[in-house]
Amino acid sequence: MNLEEARRLLKPKAEKALAKPAPYGLDLSLSSFNLGTGFGTGVEGSEKILESVGIDLNERNRSGSYYQVDNKAVYSSTRQKGLTVKPLSQALKNPENLDYYWKALPVDTDKYTAAAFLGEKEGYFIKVDDGVNVDTPVQACLLLRTPGLIQAPHNIVVVGENSRLHVITGCAAMREEAGLHIGVSEFYVKKGGTLTFTMIHSWGKAIHVRPRTVAHVGENSVFISHYINTSQVSSLQTHPVAYLDGEGSRAYLSSIIIGRGASKIDVGGTLELDAPACSGEILSRTIGFDESTVIARARVTGKAPGVRGHVECRGLLLSNKSRIDAIPELEARVQDVQLTHEAAIGRIAEEELLYLVARGFTEEEARSIIVRGFLSVELTGLPENLAKYLEGILDSLASSL
Amino acid sequence: MLYLKGLVVELGGKTVIKGVDLQVNREELALLMGPNGSGKSTLLHAIVGDKRCRVVSGSLVFNGAELTSLTMEERVRLGLGLGFQFPPRLKGVRLRSLVLRILEKKGLSKDEAERVLEEYSRLLRLEGLLDKDFNVGFSGGEAKRAELMLTLLQNPLLLLLDEPDSGVDVENLALMGSAISRYLSSNGRAAILITHTGYIARHVKASEAHVMIDGRIVCSGDPEEMVSNIMEHGFEACVNCRRAKR
Repeated sequence: MNLEEARRLLKPKAEKALAKPAPYGLDLSLSSFNLGTGFGTGVEGSEKILESVGIDLNERNRSGSYYQVDNKAVYSSTRQKGLTVKPLSQALKNPENLDYYWKALPVDTDKYTAAAFLGEKEGYFIKVDDGVNVDTPVQACLLLRTPGLIQAPHNIVVVGENSRLHVITGCAAMREEAGLHIGVSEFYVKKGGTLTFTMIHSWGKAIHVRPRTVAHVGENSVFISHYINTSQVSSLQTHPVAYLDGEGSRAYLSSIIIGRGASKIDVGGTLELDAPACSGEILSRTIGFDESTVIARARVTGKAPGVRGHVECRGLLLSNKSRIDAIPELEARVQDVQLTHEAAIGRIAEEELLYLVARGFTEEEARSIIVRGFLSVELTGLPENLAKYLEGILDSLASSL
Repeated sequence: MLYLKGLVVELGGKTVIKGVDLQVNREELALLMGPNGSGKSTLLHAIVGDKRCRVVSGSLVFNGAELTSLTMEERVRLGLGLGFQFPPRLKGVRLRSLVLRILEKKGLSKDEAERVLEEYSRLLRLEGLLDKDFNVGFSGGEAKRAELMLTLLQNPLLLLLDEPDSGVDVENLALMGSAISRYLSSNGRAAILITHTGYIARHVKASEAHVMIDGRIVCSGDPEEMVSNIMEHGFEACVNCRRAKR
């Protein structure tokens, strides 16, 4: 089969789903946006914002890079043998790679995936061959420049057997005008492989964001995802799903979500523990400012014996006009599973503030220490300098609040 | 250094401190003893400016400055430091980072701060706790040692310690006592130390002891004599003695 045939088979399904709303989040009318290529030609002038989402244009400590502006790939590089980083359009010229093309995520998931499929132009393709450890991260930058555009990258990441890969994706918008980002991502982690995927978002207050992500995690393999959204958005809804299909596989999803302005945010995650002895954890920290609405969902399904799953949703409400919902869900289908959850939403405890002021801090400093503490999630699995970088982002985030 | 005159303090709508006079001078360590609920903690909190403790009347003078109208932030800046009886747990805030932030705020360079942290954590046997969240999963004794370390590192002129000895084993009491003594011997510091049990009194050199009952200081005198009397007869003896005085 070639790409054309594959697309021809999927097209009717996508067309039928063009009006299908997503189960969660603000329903958007796609006709308000256009799905062109956009006029963005490069990343020039965006160094600062890209740095804030983890992209180093000098490629220090990076084993590969991919930059996309609007719907056009502008740069890609690879610095390690056994590692492929290239635009999707090029990768799909090799029919073998069609094995990963819309195989994890159905095109008719909702209107956003349907539109992304029908208007598909580009995205990144990152693959690590079997038995290769890529210890410095690959970075992918998705920059939205053209007002009114739907940016819909289709990304595929494949980690071969007994291989290891770290990806950091930084997404940002250059303007305050409206736009829609639909990042479609399909991850495949094969037997004994490890993928850590870190994503940092810095959008604008008129941007709508609808990432769609599905991961398949094979036998004894590990999938770790860390997501941080720091900026105001118009609306953001995402709900990555990881299928733990292989025995003994593990997954860990963490999200840090800051609701600012009038942002409407609905962020979740699902772990399907389908094979024996799988385990997984979903963890979220949400902060509500201003008039933002933040919904944190987490769902773990245990379908095989010996699986363990845990959900932890914590919210910190810093404005009376803001709203945080935490919705943990557990579903057990066989007897021998262990699923647990904890959820808590609160405000900054007066007692803690008082204590820190007694320790010599100003009230603002005390607040930032408490918020920073709240944002401390275990940045598990990451190479040291990437973990440090994220800690730094959280430090400056907490002190700016 | 500190001079209280006719201090009356309300907490949660109830008068807890009912007219306290107290003076503590440079290089002095005052022990404050008394049964549960007598107002000892409220007194220290009122001195440091905890806004829940409302000063109704009386005066509170520290190094010549009237404190009553000052905020806690301002009082701490003047040199008051309170070691809490029950410091809160701070999830996600590691003991190490809290110490370093306190020291950096004191103007120490990063290297100096690291050095002081190492010295004090060794002195108070806290090395193993530095990378844990503050007070999360600390034993009673560990929490007391950590609290003492943070209070000392603030370098206050007047150290206010609220039951630093409760739940601390004998060996660590000696450790804490020597840390407090060492601190007080450095130029002109003073302290008020609440002790319910009197255990810590064996390890520090107090200049005076005061017994507080029902919001009033009912007895002041030689610390050794008073501690041993109280250890032997309990506060019941003080209550009776006070009645006898009337």
